[in-house]
Amino acid sequence: MSAPTAADRPTRLGPAVRRLLGLLAEERLRMAAVLVLTVAAVGLTVAGPVLVGRAVDTIFAGVVGSGLPAGAPPEAVAEQLRTRGQDELATMLERMGVVPGAGIDFHALGGLLLLVVGVSAASALAELLQGWLLTDAANAAARRLRTRVEEKVHRLPVAYLDRVPRGELLSTVTNDVDNVARTLSQTMSQLLVSLLTAVGVVVMMLTISPLLTLVALVVVPVATLLGRVLMRRSQRLFVQQWAHTGELNAQVEEAFTGHELVAAYGRREEVAARFAATNDRLKEVGHRAQFLSGLMNPIMVLVGNVSYVVICVVGALRVLSGGMTLGGVVAFVQYSQQLTAPLSQVASMANLVQSGVASAERVFDLLDLPEEEPDRDGALPARRQGRVAFESVSFDYGAGPLLEEVDLVAEPGQTVAVVGPTGAGKTTLVNLLTRFYDPRTGRVTLDGVDVASVPRAALRSRLGLVLQDTWLFHGTIRDNIAFGRPGATDADVRRAAEATFVDHVVRALPDGYDTVVDEEADNLSAGERQLVTIARAFVADPDVLVLDEATSAVDTRTELLVQRAMRALRAGRTSFVIAHRLSTIRHADLIVVMEAGRIVEQGSHAELLAAGGAYHRLHQAQLRARADEPAAQEAAPEPARVGV
Amino acid sequence: MLLVGLVRRYLAPYRGRVALLLLLELLSVVAILTLPVVNADLVDRGLARADLDHVWRAGGLMLLVSLGQAVAAAVSSYTGAWVAMSFGRDVRRDVFEHVGRLSSLEVHGLGVPSLITRCTNDVQQVQMLVLMTCTMILTAPLMMVGGVVMALRVDPGLSWLLLAAVPLLALVVGVVVVRMVPSSRQAQERLDQVNRVLREQLMGVRVVRAFGREPTERERFGRVNDELTRVSRRVGRMMAALTPIVLVTMNLTVAGVLWYGGHRVEAGEMQVGALAAYLTYVVQILAATMMVSVMLVMLPRAAVSAERVAEVLRTEPGVRPPRRPAPLTRLHGVVDLVDVEVRHPGADAPVLSGVSLHAEPGQTVAVVGSTGAGKTTLVSLVARLLDVTAGQVRLDGTDVRDLDPAVLAAGVGLVPQRAYLFSGTVATNLRLGRPDASEAELWQALEVAQARDVVEAMDGGLEAAVLPGGTNLSGGQRQRLCLARALVARPRVYLLDDAFSALDASTEARARAALRAATRDATVLVVAQRAATVEDADDIVVLDQGRPVGRGRHDELLLTCATYREIVASQQLAEASR
Repeated sequence: MSAPTAADRPTRLGPAVRRLLGLLAEERLRMAAVLVLTVAAVGLTVAGPVLVGRAVDTIFAGVVGSGLPAGAPPEAVAEQLRTRGQDELATMLERMGVVPGAGIDFHALGGLLLLVVGVSAASALAELLQGWLLTDAANAAARRLRTRVEEKVHRLPVAYLDRVPRGELLSTVTNDVDNVARTLSQTMSQLLVSLLTAVGVVVMMLTISPLLTLVALVVVPVATLLGRVLMRRSQRLFVQQWAHTGELNAQVEEAFTGHELVAAYGRREEVAARFAATNDRLKEVGHRAQFLSGLMNPIMVLVGNVSYVVICVVGALRVLSGGMTLGGVVAFVQYSQQLTAPLSQVASMANLVQSGVASAERVFDLLDLPEEEPDRDGALPARRQGRVAFESVSFDYGAGPLLEEVDLVAEPGQTVAVVGPTGAGKTTLVNLLTRFYDPRTGRVTLDGVDVASVPRAALRSRLGLVLQDTWLFHGTIRDNIAFGRPGATDADVRRAAEATFVDHVVRALPDGYDTVVDEEADNLSAGERQLVTIARAFVADPDVLVLDEATSAVDTRTELLVQRAMRALRAGRTSFVIAHRLSTIRHADLIVVMEAGRIVEQGSHAELLAAGGAYHRLHQAQLRARADEPAAQEAAPEPARVGV
Repeated sequence: MLLVGLVRRYLAPYRGRVALLLLLELLSVVAILTLPVVNADLVDRGLARADLDHVWRAGGLMLLVSLGQAVAAAVSSYTGAWVAMSFGRDVRRDVFEHVGRLSSLEVHGLGVPSLITRCTNDVQQVQMLVLMTCTMILTAPLMMVGGVVMALRVDPGLSWLLLAAVPLLALVVGVVVVRMVPSSRQAQERLDQVNRVLREQLMGVRVVRAFGREPTERERFGRVNDELTRVSRRVGRMMAALTPIVLVTMNLTVAGVLWYGGHRVEAGEMQVGALAAYLTYVVQILAATMMVSVMLVMLPRAAVSAERVAEVLRTEPGVRPPRRPAPLTRLHGVVDLVDVEVRHPGADAPVLSGVSLHAEPGQTVAVVGSTGAGKTTLVSLVARLLDVTAGQVRLDGTDVRDLDPAVLAAGVGLVPQRAYLFSGTVATNLRLGRPDASEAELWQALEVAQARDVVEAMDGGLEAAVLPGGTNLSGGQRQRLCLARALVARPRVYLLDDAFSALDASTEARARAALRAATRDATVLVVAQRAATVEDADDIVVLDQGRPVGRGRHDELLLTCATYREIVASQQLAEASR
């Protein structure tokens, strides 16, 4: 049905993450500043434990010193300790510069602590600025992603959009993009800081004790391996989770949109049961995904703790052997905490990141969809006449031809009525003219120029469209009518409304032209909406008009208005009308009869009646239907009795 | 607060597991907090006394504690995820089923797109909060409290520092979070707007392109996009301020601990190892505060979502099934509207007022009138999609409000104005009213509805795929299938709301002829457009702005009702011009 989605593909985290980061990287200036500030902030942050370590050393030295006889020089006291067999204490004494007899040097301590506070404040400031810049960058990236997605929607071929369930596309365009935006702005920034902090911390650890660093880092590859295995398995589950979510969304959309039908046909329970089944499946998959992903944190914590224990023990041994000071060990412990903290933060965000990446894949799939063929830069002749020609045009979706070898010419100002049973290809014909579809073979020309050779906007600026489906956007009636032509003024709107007999109807509404409408609104009836769309087409002042007359969802009074409006609209323009009303057909300059994708007859009403072919048959049937009910009943096959 | 209420209500069934979670996290926190104690012991009795053996023993103990903590955390993750996902599932189910029970009035009042978002996106937000709470952040407050307790135990002398630092931090974080709530709500609203515009553009893609309005649409989207970005950035910046604030506080506290702690060590009131341990606790407490603040940051958005979900659950259905339904098990098909009035709350004018009609099996009653006359509302009343505000709607003499909804649904067949099909197959759609209908019956109904050839031509016939909304079919095909659907259900009362609008005249004529024969013994209520249908109805009700202005057969009305004459005349004029 649709292109293979992320759910069917084996998940490859790498490319998606890279593309995601790439979005962020586009904010060159900001990201450069962020990097600089992060390095500064991290640098300052990691300086902290060193200072704290020195402070602790000062205190410890004081403690040890006050326990020793005063006055004697340190070396002498060390000698004394050695002769007494207290080698370790002696080594510590020498290493830490203890002054026998003296207590804690509060002067030095005070200085160190002031430095700690100063450094911390500077670091905080740097981090604040960095955080702000990163937020700005991430939000700008999210904004750009949304813009790209929206622009993509405008470039997707109409043929594709017709064949794909819009609800699913909508979910990608809204839910997934939102998830990606949130991942960028919240998760990515924390990730960045955490990773850089980890690097900075490792550097500092190396300066204190390469051995302990090694010990501390031994556990990292183990943790990474475990982490990778976990992530791979949970990633698959996350993709499934989002797929189930999409499915659920689609069910909700249908059930709520068709709410009346579900109620009227008493099918609430079945619908609820089907929902419950999908809901339960979602819960199962979600549980597994979150659990596996949630294991990352405990694993990281365990790794951190084991690391902590090992450092404490090895560090203690080093202090006893004089290889390190107590303060050094304290600093190291602080560092290892600083190392595991970002790592576990990364781990705890694992599920968020994975979920964000899964969404990103769907969004990137959308952005990678094939687009309409790019516009060629031809030009339509300046002299606007409105002559339309179909030259041996064929079209198909790939599942059987919808149009075959269609040849048709409409002279300027002619009204062409296209008739035929449903599925004959009438709508397809019109889609080719408006270039919603492109022909497989043959070409369509306007005033002699191939419509495929000119920019679509140029072509469509000469066309006007009134469709079966009356789409209005959320805005005032005035805005909706003005939609017909960029730059339409209020005067244009008024003129169009009057010319199409809409003005009176609109002014009868409480808010008149300022009445706010949209797709869902009930404040306009189907007929009134139709009239607005006719006025909209009028504003466009097109050379060629395309009208789908299956617009008879209108009551009899408004029906007359609509007819008059359409006639006013058609005056002096070439019109392609998918005709339903006998009057339109009879007075058309050219009638085109279609069947199964081919034109079977062309001509004027009189000609075709005389020919006695398909048109003649159609006409007779309609006349019978109109004039003589009982006759229609007899003519129809024996009606099946359905139920009693 | 709505969020708390919602969470409490839906977590209630999982009380046992939540208790287990709390226990596990308590154990985990105890383990985490024990480590510094053992470490202090290692320093004070191992290091300071140069006792190597003690160092090894203390180390081994720490390792054991770590392992235990990891196991507890893993089990906690499993249980927490389970609880959160079950929570989400339960809320979604309830919202979905509740909306199912609402009447058209409430559904349109809240708006279908908004309802969809509430049932999916908003529930997701709250679920995420519960997940975070269950698996991680429950640890944080425990760590905070535990850390404070341990620190006090190690050295009460420094406790005044903690008593100053922790509340100060909580206050500052609190202020930031409180300021974030309104901005968070705004961000959510802006997001709704962005989604709304995107939805419109997808639905109206042909019109947008046909009128070359892509640039305008891009601009319109650009505006709401920029709005969203602006507010989102504001929220992000506030969030970014949290970490630096916490870090500064933390370091200030550490400096304070070292200074005053140092004095206490000098005075012999404290051991160095204890000081080192105290430092670790302080760091842990402040880290826990950070985690709490992270969760608090998620709170505003979840709170807004919870509000929106609660609003749906709170909405009372306007149409409620009767507590003791009438004993009627099968309808015969006598429809009565007795002086019916429908007035929407707060509206000036009623949609329908003083309308009466009577229809019996075998009869066709038509309702005509200009737009806004209330015809669709009238039809909705008979199907009880809506209730009257005055007067009565009766089926077989019983007020519809007293009928068993299943009996009503089985007895009434609706073909609504907007033809809507569900995703699935042609067969599943046709069987909506009667799931056990046979294939032969489906084909029969399709034949009457003039849709047999359509389905035969489809790839798969009855099993042909139908996209959501029936978008892979033309308007006319959809409408015919909707007609067939009603026929399959074999109702006693047919409600045809402009059911032939998308058909060309000859197809409609054939359909009506076949329908007339097929529904010979049923009651048919038709909202009519074309004069031909109206002409031979057994009774015609003429509405003008919700009020009945004429009633009778075609010939009588031509004489007695000016409005009717006008309508027919306009139709005849249209006829003449054909």
